[in-house]
Amino acid sequence: MSSHALSALLFLAFVAATLGITFWASRQTKTAADYYAGGRSFSGAQNGLAIGGDYMSAASFLGIAGIIALSGYDGFLYSIGFLVAWLVALLLVAELMRNSGKFTMADVLAFRMSPRPVRTAAGVSTITVSIFYLLAQMVGAGALVGLLLGVTSPSGKAWTIVGVGALMIVYVVFGGMKGTTWVQIVKAVLLMGGAALITVLVLAKYGFNLSALLGEAASQSGKADSFLKPGGKYGTDAQGLAGKIDLISLGLALVLGTAGLPHILIRFYTVPTAKDARKSVLWGIGIIGSFYLLTLVLGFGAAALVGSGKIAAADKAGNTAAPLLAEAIGKSFLGDVGGTILLALIGAVAFATILAVVAGLTLASSSSFAHDLYAHVFKRGKATEREEVLVARVSAFVIGAVAIGLGILAQGQNVAFLVALAFAVAASGNLPAILYSLFWKRFNTAGAVSAIYGGLISALVLVIFSPVVSGSPTALFKDADFAWFPLSNPGIISIPLGFLCGWLGTVMSKEFNEAKYAEIEVRSLTGVGAEKAAEH
Amino acid sequence: MTTQEHDASVYEQVQESSEFQDLKRRFRRWTFPMTAAFLSWYLLYVVLSGWARDFMAIKLFGNINVALLLGLLQFVSTFWIAWAYAKHAEKKLDPIADKLRHEVEERTR
Repeated sequence: MSSHALSALLFLAFVAATLGITFWASRQTKTAADYYAGGRSFSGAQNGLAIGGDYMSAASFLGIAGIIALSGYDGFLYSIGFLVAWLVALLLVAELMRNSGKFTMADVLAFRMSPRPVRTAAGVSTITVSIFYLLAQMVGAGALVGLLLGVTSPSGKAWTIVGVGALMIVYVVFGGMKGTTWVQIVKAVLLMGGAALITVLVLAKYGFNLSALLGEAASQSGKADSFLKPGGKYGTDAQGLAGKIDLISLGLALVLGTAGLPHILIRFYTVPTAKDARKSVLWGIGIIGSFYLLTLVLGFGAAALVGSGKIAAADKAGNTAAPLLAEAIGKSFLGDVGGTILLALIGAVAFATILAVVAGLTLASSSSFAHDLYAHVFKRGKATEREEVLVARVSAFVIGAVAIGLGILAQGQNVAFLVALAFAVAASGNLPAILYSLFWKRFNTAGAVSAIYGGLISALVLVIFSPVVSGSPTALFKDADFAWFPLSNPGIISIPLGFLCGWLGTVMSKEFNEAKYAEIEVRSLTGVGAEKAAEH
Repeated sequence: MTTQEHDASVYEQVQESSEFQDLKRRFRRWTFPMTAAFLSWYLLYVVLSGWARDFMAIKLFGNINVALLLGLLQFVSTFWIAWAYAKHAEKKLDPIADKLRHEVEERTR
């Protein structure tokens, strides 16, 4: 049996199992709390696994291993930023948000502000961040299918994107948060298991001597020792000072983006109490941190055993380094059959990874559309629960269709820019408003609205006029040149601007609700009046 | 509306109580400096990656260099801070938060 057929078979087994879960979950999803928050009945450990499944996207698994395999050490910078970011979520956001919100990020902001303008802003920003993130994953799925299933024609890739999108819509529309969470849990277990297996085999090959593995990777890369130090990809000497400032900008966006990602924030609502939210982030940090340690071995292992030349030939960005490594290591231990089996296994795991993440993103954006924009802005809080859940399901369908369409149009485009943009927009548009509303007494409606729009718009504008969109050989529009902003990541400017706009908007408006601040402060720290778990 | 006004005044009373102020102080005095510390430590690492590449390339054991060691130390510090926060919250925050929650729930019933 060829590895393509075996990959397809394993992937179909995953699809069958997750559709079974979705069917089971759909029968348990009745109320709005079920649909948006899985009845708030998951344990800390379960939610911790789901956080891992929601967060470890194609960018983490395929992208980081690929950057390390091609450019060496610099890929590790991503792992570290993605992990340290979780401390911001743990220390400042997770528990307070669980205590004071209900279904979406906007619930916390709207608590003591004028609800309609604040929910509109938060809804717009949630949907913008999620669509960019979603688009990147869809394009990634299109790129992956070529290698794993042998589908290389544009129409074949387009149909793959349609297939991935259709599955994601089914998970979310029928399974709601409960179905999506279980899909993410299954995926997290498969991903950790697959990555750990390959890591152990690679280390065994080098007698469990990391230094020997690194030495082999460096010599195979043809870059010798400079492969093992920073500067292979970001802020190279050729890019000069702008390149180095870009590195700082990227670092800031990574570390501050996580606690502003809507699909991550809504995961805190799926557990019964703030203590469980804390426990789930602790589990999440353990799982995500261990996974990023494995990617270090996967990346350098691919450089050592597959070789940069072959990896770059298969995919310019190195996105298929991890599957190629699986094939190579399987071959060296068990012959051709072993190579076929391991490639198929890792390929199926990679698809599962993408599916679980896109489902989380679709759920986050459709929840925000239904709960924030439809129920509270259009209907001024007068929508019934049934109506709201129906709108959420319909909008999951629409957002899924939009993502499919954009994913097909953007095929072959630079994926990394979309993910970095999503992180930068989340850090600029969402994080300042969240932190101010939890910790700053004087914060008000004008402040919240200007923080969100200020951060969101400045991040988007700076990206449009950056070298990732025009004026460089790797740009989205190679033939045009309207770039005047030298950095490829806007974080270093747009994140401080988001905080500044929030501060300015606040001090320029006299509005301020002291009683409501007392309420949110007491509620967020003690858990008084927090939404309870559903009884079934 | 009366119940809401009543609730709000309860919240304001709780907010002014010395017990709640103590809880808030214990929370902020731990998390704010710790956030400043781990962000600075992380930024130091990013800045070293950009401007001190020869230092980062110094080999310590075999092919393990300073860059790799500092990167792994970021993992160690992240795991440690997460663990330390959990201990701090369990011992110093949860008991007061639980007590205050029961009190407010009694009063707003």
